[in-house]
Amino acid sequence: MRRALTIVQAIVTVAMSLFLIVPTLMSMVAGLTDNYFRGWRSGLTLRWLAQVWELYSDAIFLSLRIALVTLLIVLLIGVPAAYALSRSGRRLARTIEGLLVLPVAVPGLASALALLVVYGGFTAFRVSWLFIVVGHVIFTLPFMVRAVVAVCLSQNLRQLEEGAASLGAGFWQRFVTVVLPNIRSGILAGALTVLTLSIGEFNLTWMLHTPMTKTLPVGLADAYASMRIEVGSAYTLIFFIMIVPLLVGMQTIGRRRAGRQPETAA
Amino acid sequence: MKLETVEIQLENCAKTYDKGVRVLEPLDLTIAAGETLVLLGPSGCGKTTTLRLIAGLEQPDAGGRVRFGGQDVTAQPIEARQVGMVFQSYALFPNMTARENVGYGLRIRKVPKDLVEQRVNELLELTRMGAHGDKPIPALSGGQKQRIALARALAPQPRVLLLDEPLTALDAQLRELLRAEMNTLLRGLGVTTIYVTHDQAEAMALGDRIVVMSAGRIEQIGSPREVYYQPANARVAEFIGTMNRLEGVWRDHALHCAGGRVPAHEGAAPADAIWFRPEDVELVGAADAQLHGVVAQASFLGERTRLVVQGLGPSAIRVDVSGRAAPAVGERIGLRLRPEVWQHRISLGSDAS
Repeated sequence: MRRALTIVQAIVTVAMSLFLIVPTLMSMVAGLTDNYFRGWRSGLTLRWLAQVWELYSDAIFLSLRIALVTLLIVLLIGVPAAYALSRSGRRLARTIEGLLVLPVAVPGLASALALLVVYGGFTAFRVSWLFIVVGHVIFTLPFMVRAVVAVCLSQNLRQLEEGAASLGAGFWQRFVTVVLPNIRSGILAGALTVLTLSIGEFNLTWMLHTPMTKTLPVGLADAYASMRIEVGSAYTLIFFIMIVPLLVGMQTIGRRRAGRQPETAA
Repeated sequence: MKLETVEIQLENCAKTYDKGVRVLEPLDLTIAAGETLVLLGPSGCGKTTTLRLIAGLEQPDAGGRVRFGGQDVTAQPIEARQVGMVFQSYALFPNMTARENVGYGLRIRKVPKDLVEQRVNELLELTRMGAHGDKPIPALSGGQKQRIALARALAPQPRVLLLDEPLTALDAQLRELLRAEMNTLLRGLGVTTIYVTHDQAEAMALGDRIVVMSAGRIEQIGSPREVYYQPANARVAEFIGTMNRLEGVWRDHALHCAGGRVPAHEGAAPADAIWFRPEDVELVGAADAQLHGVVAQASFLGERTRLVVQGLGPSAIRVDVSGRAAPAVGERIGLRLRPEVWQHRISLGSDAS
């Protein structure tokens, strides 16, 4: 009886996984076949990848640049903000954290519209890639803040700082030698999340972009809409290659942190 | 290793938090150079706040002054005061090894590398942690963490050592061992030490003087003996050890109560109650007894048996007798108070509860 149940469970799980994974795999394989409609027999090729690269390498580099600059700004604002939040009263911290999450809850299109309404008039800014960076900062900041606040609260940072102060360390010395090293895992997890979200962000970016500032996902939509299916699929493949290492990194850090939890609690 | 040390003065130091909650009433306290002073009291009595005022982690209310060897340090933050501090949770840096923790204060002060190395080794030896220096913090046991925390606090040669319940997180046996070790170590260093605890045994064992606090006030300052045998008031008497109160009527130079008659010691002033410790009573035969009572409870504690005796006065009296000779519950026993009871008689006056 139990055995039968296990088998049924296994079948359902595999079926579900295949249901989700097969289309994605098919799409990526399509990017490598010579002619999708004729299937495998038409042979494999890197032609479509090359074409994507030729047409959209600008978008790929722009996405990377936007992601890195976004990350830099989010680090500079988010880490100190999270540190300050974790030191203030818990109720205040929770309220501000709640407000910070608003841009995630509000549809990206709405945030983008708000940005356009207010800053759309500053043409130089409007057409610059920095306009997209602003959108991405608003969208990704809460993820950094939450990751860092969580790690700040998971250990008694205040007491560690008092210990460092009693040994003669001033504020900056404490921050660099004690605070930052002990919240590193939170910062790292936040950073990977920010990069992943920024590279994959479509809603907001689609509203904010101009023909000169096309990012990776916007280019993807473009390729799906106007190119043959093999090109769109090849594009998906490139997208995956960029995003998967980030996701794996996030998982690894998450696991390492989860493994360390009992120690910090003791 | 010998440390240079200073006298500490608190002058009119009170502490009120934002919402008008006063956790410390204005307090004056002088701690002699090289002395070990214990702040003792139940939680919320203001002992930790007092320690944090001395450390510089809290500021006294306006008008309060903290002096280190005559120098006014009230406005100085903790990092400028040159104090060593051990926290209840140890607050060891998890991103560094034990050795790096000990050397932290020296590195912050830009002490040359080889000197840091030498001093860290010296301290690891002193705290008997030489074999564990390169371990990461999570790999240390509670007692080892405590030792590293102490070594770290001592490394930069503090003028004052501040210990906030440093043994509370340990189990009873280890606590006793480390207490003895720490006592020897601190005496050897001769550093002014302020030790916060709620454990009276720790306070007795370590303190040159004990400051008993409750509800933000100092109740008594004195040597362990003074605090134990001459408690200033009922709160001190009841917080430290166990204290009996036998009520009766003063007549013919003796205290008469339901259980009998206790003749007063020579020169004792008339009183309608006497206070005494459980160990100041002797179990005696009926002929020699001053008092007779019935054992209501007997708890065998190993080295002694604690009896609760009824029928002596309005409230039950607790009596300690040696382990082997303990009477059983329900037995009628004869008791005799030691004459010291009258010598050390506490003048509790109207303060008695």
